[in-house]
Amino acid sequence: MNHFDVIIIGGGPAGMQAAIRLGNFNYKTLIIEKEKSIGGKLTQWDKLFPDFYSAEELLQNLTRQLNENVSILTEQEVKDIENTSENEWTVKTADGQYSSKALLIASGYDFFNAKRKEEFGYGIYPNVITSVELEAMIKNGKITTLDGRIPQKIAYLQCVGSRDEKVGNHYCSINCCICAVKQSIEVKELLPDVEQYCFYMDLRMAGQHYEELYRTSQEKYHVQFIRGRISEAASTFDNRIQIKAENTLLSTPLKLTVDLFVLMVGMEASETTRFISQKFNISNEYGFLQSKQRYCSDNETEIKGLFLAGTCKRPMTIPKSLKDGDAAANAIFDYLKNR
Amino acid sequence: MKDFGYSISKGRTLNYDNSDFSLKKTLEHDVVSYCRCIGCGACASTCSAAKFTDFSIFKCNMLFRNAKYDELEQELSKCMLCGKCTLVCPRGVNTRGMILEMRNLIEKNKNNNE
Amino acid sequence: MELKKRFWNEYQKEIADDHYFYARSCIRQSFNPGAEAMFLNIMKDNLHKDIIDEANQHTCTGIGYHTDIVPFYTTATIMARLFSLMTEAGYKNYVPSCVTSFGLYVEVLETWKHDPETLEKTREYLYKACKREFELPENIAHSSDIIYKFRNELKKQMKYQLINKHTGQPLRGVEHVGCHYAKVFPAFGEGGAEFPYVLAGLIESWGGEVIDYPERRHCCGFGFRNYLVLTNRSYSVSNTYKKLESMEPYQPDFILTNCPGCNMFLDRWQYTIAETQHKTYDAEGKGIPVLSHEELAALLLGYDPWKIGLQMHQVQCESLMDKIGIAYNPDEKYADINGNQLTPPDKPDFLKI
Repeated sequence: MNHFDVIIIGGGPAGMQAAIRLGNFNYKTLIIEKEKSIGGKLTQWDKLFPDFYSAEELLQNLTRQLNENVSILTEQEVKDIENTSENEWTVKTADGQYSSKALLIASGYDFFNAKRKEEFGYGIYPNVITSVELEAMIKNGKITTLDGRIPQKIAYLQCVGSRDEKVGNHYCSINCCICAVKQSIEVKELLPDVEQYCFYMDLRMAGQHYEELYRTSQEKYHVQFIRGRISEAASTFDNRIQIKAENTLLSTPLKLTVDLFVLMVGMEASETTRFISQKFNISNEYGFLQSKQRYCSDNETEIKGLFLAGTCKRPMTIPKSLKDGDAAANAIFDYLKNR
Repeated sequence: MKDFGYSISKGRTLNYDNSDFSLKKTLEHDVVSYCRCIGCGACASTCSAAKFTDFSIFKCNMLFRNAKYDELEQELSKCMLCGKCTLVCPRGVNTRGMILEMRNLIEKNKNNNE
Repeated sequence: MELKKRFWNEYQKEIADDHYFYARSCIRQSFNPGAEAMFLNIMKDNLHKDIIDEANQHTCTGIGYHTDIVPFYTTATIMARLFSLMTEAGYKNYVPSCVTSFGLYVEVLETWKHDPETLEKTREYLYKACKREFELPENIAHSSDIIYKFRNELKKQMKYQLINKHTGQPLRGVEHVGCHYAKVFPAFGEGGAEFPYVLAGLIESWGGEVIDYPERRHCCGFGFRNYLVLTNRSYSVSNTYKKLESMEPYQPDFILTNCPGCNMFLDRWQYTIAETQHKTYDAEGKGIPVLSHEELAALLLGYDPWKIGLQMHQVQCESLMDKIGIAYNPDEKYADINGNQLTPPDKPDFLKI
């Protein structure tokens, strides 16, 4: 039985939340996920900002709410999508072919490939890591340098792959500023003696309780926030990382040697998102998907029966992605009802 | 040693690796609200002394934060301690307390070094 | 645990196989003339390539251009004349010896490409000035690119390797790639701007070990007007000092450069630093020898060090040759072409030779 009311491409937070709603509406729904399990990037995260809510608990909550109307296919990469007739969509994977009345894209984002910013030495110096790798260390409860030392000093750099014309991304990835605040607090709890420096161009604490967490990180965890973009990182004699930046508030260059250098990597359209945006010619300037209208039909597209949810459109936080999954389910409900 | 008419300049880069930030840490401990400063400059903007002299509480803070104490004692003495700055700080920093404590710490530091 | 992964090696640029037009460097042919002679020898005798050393060539104006003395169109026209010599000689592959020139050739070629009007104007100026016409080179590669391309073929012919004969350990080399090689146009450099592989590749292929130190990507200290004006020299030497201080803990056996300017300043400023600061950067107080890519290749191929012109360097290279095990005759160091002894240069006060 390969026919469904709705197929959702991508089983991250937005796709799962939409599936919960669509299942509750009694629509036969299929989630096609390319990874081994659903959950998207939630599976790589330990705790969420700004309240340190457990990512695993959220994932369990979401999974629990999926009812019997929802089928899940994992480790299935989408090979092709066709709008076979006005009312029918066909999705081909390596193993099979599935059809539905409506198609919801929730194919999300990928982390920016930090190797592209050569000057930071990621991929060359092992003690230059990304925020994703730091999160994995936090999850394991053990922060060490790659040669097993306990770090005394850690530097974070904001906007790696975001707000950077040099990599073609003018946009802000929204999550990274507050994520560094969250991670630096967690790191300090694990390593009370560590000194932490966070380098930024602007700090964007634009969500509820973000600013409060930022204040806490300064006052209780003594994280040093330095306004200035790091221009280059290099390895020192003892395999630490020397970084150079401008202390813009003092108009003076500074240099600092740290044990771990964490790049707060931004969000880019995922491979599947790019494939779909090109296939249906609904790409925005960065390869993300363009909705029909930003204000009133942000889940619809110019193509009938094709819907969007979550970070396949633009960088979003997890609560926002969940709400967007809800909204997409409602839009699909209206569409199927009035068809 | 020879003199060729030019020399090696020390450079103006702040080297955080060999700077001693212990005074800053003491200040963070004694005036906890100091940690919250985000360098917005509201204090300097409202400062009465700054209007007609080259005193800048913002600059004092930045020099102190970066362990550059050379000009600081002179700078800090220009503050009249009127406390206007405390009224405007959006992060609730006890700026007057901060100045007083900076003066104390720099004085102590000087005595220790002598 | 491997603490350092390989250098960036993803960019590959196209380098012509044969039939080169060689453009000499003002600085290199004045201060290290043997280096260019060696490059030609290596190309002809070791690699059996066709390369022309045109007698009527002249400056590219790079030094004047970068000190704001020579304006763009003058530079472009003078370069066009060099290209006309290449065209006349029937060559299409242009090989500058100088990194400053290389960067400037690329800058001019790119300007012509993106703004074809400037090319037409240059053609007009050149014709008005000397009734010459030219074609654009099909390939432009720095002489270090050529050595890099044939590094493995050269290795087969080499008599020596970058191995310390006393310890059997690889010799440790600092490589310094001229800023104008790839920082201006990263796509024209072998390995890009941040981690260029052009010189690291030579050291690794020839048995040595590359040192990566914090100020690896920093300028050598030349900086054109920062050197040319006496009062600005403090700025120049301070940059070199910063690099040397940064590489000191790694105890390099030699420094390898591809730019004549870098070669000169990393070499000569070691003397200045020794005399004014009483500071040297090797165990014996002699300084770290600074070689160019041609000089290092020639040395390992077994050419006579004095024919390579190593005595023209400020920091003497005997210590390095002893480590490698290269035989040399000290008596011939300051002999002229007929074997007559010339007056040796004055000894520095502090720097040992």
